[in-house]
Amino acid sequence: MSAAASLFIFGATHQRTPIAVREKLALAGGAADAVRAALKGLAGLREFVVLNTCNRVEFYLVAESVETVAEAERIYCAQQRFAVAEFAQFRLALQGRAAALHLFEVASGLDSQMLGETEIFGQVKDAYAAAQAAGSTGAVLNRVFQKAFQAAKHVRTQTAITEGQISVANVAVDLAVNIFGELAATRILLLGAGEIGEKTAKAFQSRGAAALTVASRSFDKAQELATTLGAAALPFAEREARLGEFDVVVCCTAAPEAVISAAGTAAALRHRTARPLFFIDLALPRDVDAAVATLENAYVYNLDDLARIAEENRRAREAEVVRARALLEERAETLWRTVAERLGGELPEAQTGAAEA
Amino acid sequence: MFALLTDRQWLWIAAGCYLTGVLFGTISLARHRRHSRVAMYAIIVAGYLAQTFGLLMRGRAVGGCPLGNAFEIFQFTGWSATALYLAIGATFRLSLFGYFTACLTLVFTLVSLNIPAWDAVRHTALLGGNPWIAVHAALAMFSYGVFALLTLSAAMFLFRNHSLKSKQPGGWFHFLPSVLDLDHMSVRLLTAGVSVMTLAIGVGWVYWRRDDAEVDHMKLLIVVAVWWAYVLTLVLRLAGRLTGKYFAWMCVAMFGLALLSLWPVNRSRHPEPRVRAAVSAPAP
Repeated sequence: MSAAASLFIFGATHQRTPIAVREKLALAGGAADAVRAALKGLAGLREFVVLNTCNRVEFYLVAESVETVAEAERIYCAQQRFAVAEFAQFRLALQGRAAALHLFEVASGLDSQMLGETEIFGQVKDAYAAAQAAGSTGAVLNRVFQKAFQAAKHVRTQTAITEGQISVANVAVDLAVNIFGELAATRILLLGAGEIGEKTAKAFQSRGAAALTVASRSFDKAQELATTLGAAALPFAEREARLGEFDVVVCCTAAPEAVISAAGTAAALRHRTARPLFFIDLALPRDVDAAVATLENAYVYNLDDLARIAEENRRAREAEVVRARALLEERAETLWRTVAERLGGELPEAQTGAAEA
Repeated sequence: MFALLTDRQWLWIAAGCYLTGVLFGTISLARHRRHSRVAMYAIIVAGYLAQTFGLLMRGRAVGGCPLGNAFEIFQFTGWSATALYLAIGATFRLSLFGYFTACLTLVFTLVSLNIPAWDAVRHTALLGGNPWIAVHAALAMFSYGVFALLTLSAAMFLFRNHSLKSKQPGGWFHFLPSVLDLDHMSVRLLTAGVSVMTLAIGVGWVYWRRDDAEVDHMKLLIVVAVWWAYVLTLVLRLAGRLTGKYFAWMCVAMFGLALLSLWPVNRSRHPEPRVRAAVSAPAP
């Protein structure tokens, strides 16, 4: 037990908590505000930030004692109607330098389910901004979070931890960027109204693609998906005749044979002068005739190609983890020395591991 | 201030700067990192300034544009390509363009500095020192600088196209600009190069037609053939008849031919007077 003020973390993350439990521990609706309000009045709790994402609920605290942290846990469990003893089986509990390092790793995407993802950086920033706005941060957490953001940016620029996409849909979008540059003016044709096509279309939209058209063997389904995506619908029979109007063709129909022929593509390319055509064939059996790939200015990637690239990127990211962690450890150590002084000269050596409640 | 060193010493310094840029870029690529564009730009600016000093000293020594032998022609072409990169590089911000420019200019400067025969003799003045002919020669060499950059963007296009076609978009290919950006850049550079070369030929024609005896017909034929080949490539590209990798290969091959054409052009120069290459001595 420590009698000194320190930085603490408790919570539940995807690393050690199964999804069924995380569902119960997630701060949905107004629960986050209720917990924050309850923590605000907790004696001995100087500062706190609540990070609540789909993969983690974490409380970053500057508390005067371990007992204060235990009380904060009780408040949280009571709010979630979750047994404290059961929470202890899954919880993450860190203190001091280890807590600072954990925050650095979270902000850098090293602790994410999809290694190196960058969305978490924005979520940590939002959580910190919300805490600042609520007046629950002070000198220590301000410094720790600012340093975490700097460390995350440093790792992102100095290592390849965020390089390359690791989901099939995002790999496809990255390839389109490699061909067309900015996607804002890129015209996309989605062939098939299935789930994987919808996901890929949304990935394109999230990267700035605006002109989307949907064609499906069932025109009703095409119209339905087009409405969901804010896109236009095209009769399936016109797909090849109007192929030249599009830059990227995402194919994911359940057709038993190819729906894009080499002859149709060659005719479309003749009317596009130097503008390439990019086919993303996510269908099985394949929607794009194998001969299309041999045409000049046509690029064809099927599901296997995309999955292989995603896997290579994932392996490349994993190879960078050790280097990224070393950079973060160095920064966490430097930060912790100054934070320990600020907390009143307490022993940093005693504050580098798992917290005890 | 710059007279403290000889012109060749300045040009060696320039080569050192370009070598630094090449090493900096290569190390970054080998480590799968994107190099700082600002740092690369600063390194190339340093090399460009040193090369400018060197060529300026040459120019002062001969009282005109330093295009008196193969050494100077290669240095001037590299200098022109770098000048153009510095002018457009910051605007178009094409990834790796600075690195490839440093590679190209390094080759031009190092090769010319290491072949003493290229700088053994030089012409003290072009065609009797007529300033308009000097303008013609400078414009022509500047167009070669533009075509050098065109070759770079075309080569980058070929690398990018190969990586995408062979389904290997990772590694250092990842840092290349998009296919479309490279193609657009190539068309712009080809248009610019053809325009400058047309102007150069126009200036030369106005003054040569007054004195046909001064014209070396073989040289004229070669220069017009190079110009016509570039014009034809541009027309075919704009008409959509030459696209993608064929257009890029054409741009690369044509620059090879353009460089080869420099040899007969250089030999056809006015044969007199020839003197030892003027290399400035350091100020006492």
